[in-house]
Amino acid sequence: MSQNEVDRSKRRFLIAATTAVGGVAAAGVAVPFLASWLPSQRAKAAGAPVEVDISKIEPGMILNVGWRGKPVWVVNRTKEMMDLLVKHDDKLSDPKCEVPQQPEYCKSAARSRKEHENILVAVGICTHLGCSPSEKLKAGAEGGMGDDWAGGFFCPCHGSRFDLSGRVFKGSPAPINLEIPPYKYLSDSRILVGDDSKGA
Amino acid sequence: MNSLTNLLGWVDARFPLTKLWKEHLSEYYAPKNFNFWYFFGSLALLVLVIQIVSGIFLTMHYKPDAKLAFYSVEYIMRDVPWGWLIRYIHSTGASMFFVVVYLHMFRGLMYGSYRKPRELIWIFGMCIYLALMAEAFMGYLLPWGQMSYWGAQVIVNLFSAVPFVGPDLSLWIRGDYVISDATLNRFFAFHVAAIPLVLVGLVVAHIIALHEVGSNNPDGVEIKKNKDPVTHIPLDGIPFHPYYTVKDIVGVVVFLMVFSAIVFFSPDLGGYFIEDNNFFPADPLKTPPHIAPVWYFTPFYAVLRAVPPMFGSQFPGVIAMGVAVMIICFLPWLDRSPVKSIRYRGTIYKTALALFVISFFGLGWLGMLPVTPLFTLLSQILTTVYLGFFLLMPWYTKIDKCKPEPERVTG
Repeated sequence: MSQNEVDRSKRRFLIAATTAVGGVAAAGVAVPFLASWLPSQRAKAAGAPVEVDISKIEPGMILNVGWRGKPVWVVNRTKEMMDLLVKHDDKLSDPKCEVPQQPEYCKSAARSRKEHENILVAVGICTHLGCSPSEKLKAGAEGGMGDDWAGGFFCPCHGSRFDLSGRVFKGSPAPINLEIPPYKYLSDSRILVGDDSKGA
Repeated sequence: MNSLTNLLGWVDARFPLTKLWKEHLSEYYAPKNFNFWYFFGSLALLVLVIQIVSGIFLTMHYKPDAKLAFYSVEYIMRDVPWGWLIRYIHSTGASMFFVVVYLHMFRGLMYGSYRKPRELIWIFGMCIYLALMAEAFMGYLLPWGQMSYWGAQVIVNLFSAVPFVGPDLSLWIRGDYVISDATLNRFFAFHVAAIPLVLVGLVVAHIIALHEVGSNNPDGVEIKKNKDPVTHIPLDGIPFHPYYTVKDIVGVVVFLMVFSAIVFFSPDLGGYFIEDNNFFPADPLKTPPHIAPVWYFTPFYAVLRAVPPMFGSQFPGVIAMGVAVMIICFLPWLDRSPVKSIRYRGTIYKTALALFVISFFGLGWLGMLPVTPLFTLLSQILTTVYLGFFLLMPWYTKIDKCKPEPERVTG
């Protein structure tokens, strides 16, 4: 090959090799920038469990607590409320709680721990687009929810309806039931939201 | 004068100043029959400048911190000299940007400005529109009011509907388990630096592409087909400067009158430009009773709500909303009509366009209202009409009875 001729295949190889190495380098540099968007150590620490005193919640009342910056409802359901929960399975999208939106120990109509079945602990974030539903705890037409309302929650953003166990009614935009967070009883009157490990 | 000419010569030898001036203004030949609808391109440019200038001055007092943001906006409103004016100019500018851009886009629909050879102008324009939506959405979080917070919550949660990676994706976007300080800070970075840079770049590309092929006009005929045999200047063209620069100044004056009237007399425009709930600081534990985005997003929001969840997922609604926006990009290839302008189209296209306008306004109105079964049904009907305008276009533009296009523009 003479001095002035271009070795095209060598040139192509060098271009391809440089492009490939440059591309790998660009991808490598992108990683720290993209990863910087993940929750920081501080945000993760703020996601720690919270303790709630449930002795002050009167029957039929609700307490709103913050966990991981989300609203968590603690509802002390009355006997009448509990009785209504099993009567409208046909109107619910997932009455048996098949979708894993709750810890295994809450997979029942009451969706709560057996120690205090009447106490509901639920994440108050609509499973549709993350609004916080309003409480319409009282059954009947009083809250403007119609005569056959069994008590529950109503999402003002897009009209999703949930019963007093956070199970979604059919015809709502929300596809699945409200999330039940992991929680455990520290004593008869205190619960820990965000942690259900045994012992301690 | 002579020294000035010398200076210009010195610059021209080093930078194509006179060449640029001629190419884009004094010797850019635009059709002589531009009408009212041709004000909105230059007005969009004006609003972009207004937003950049007022935005820079707001950044000098605003604090992108979840604890300080709301009060720093109140501080701008009450304590910063003329701060209220700068803030209201910026908030009014945001809505007026969309007013102007929607009218600019509608002009394109009427006169077929997206047709060959202007497909790329249209695509660049759509990219500008998308960047503008991102800019407006992220900017709306910054005052950290109730509507800022919950609006962002709803929109970011759209990403968690994506199958498989959804929840991780929305966690990554927020940088926290909920909308928080981390989210506010990154939205601020995007709103004041990243997206404006992209936006300005796209505007430059939009104009370069336009000046390469030349402007369309209300008759939809190419003025470059009839050139003066000697000068090669289009017979129906007039230089952009001084003719259209002066004409556009009239538009600017009228526009600024409307703009000032809003800024001074009704900056929140009855809750349409600034929603009432945004005068309350963000509260992550309490959702306002009724959440609606600002008016310019409501048509697409109504599409989102119109689609019911399928297979236990609300992803179909998100897809429908995405399709409703992105389908506009494909207009150049959906339209099969032999003519460009509505002046020479038949009854079918005119009816279709009228239905489209009705569906767009109707969806915009429904997107502001709370959900009821009747309104959901209406949204579903109007979504079908909206999508039908695009999806049936290849068919109905072909069978439409068009009038013959004239050889030259008709004035």
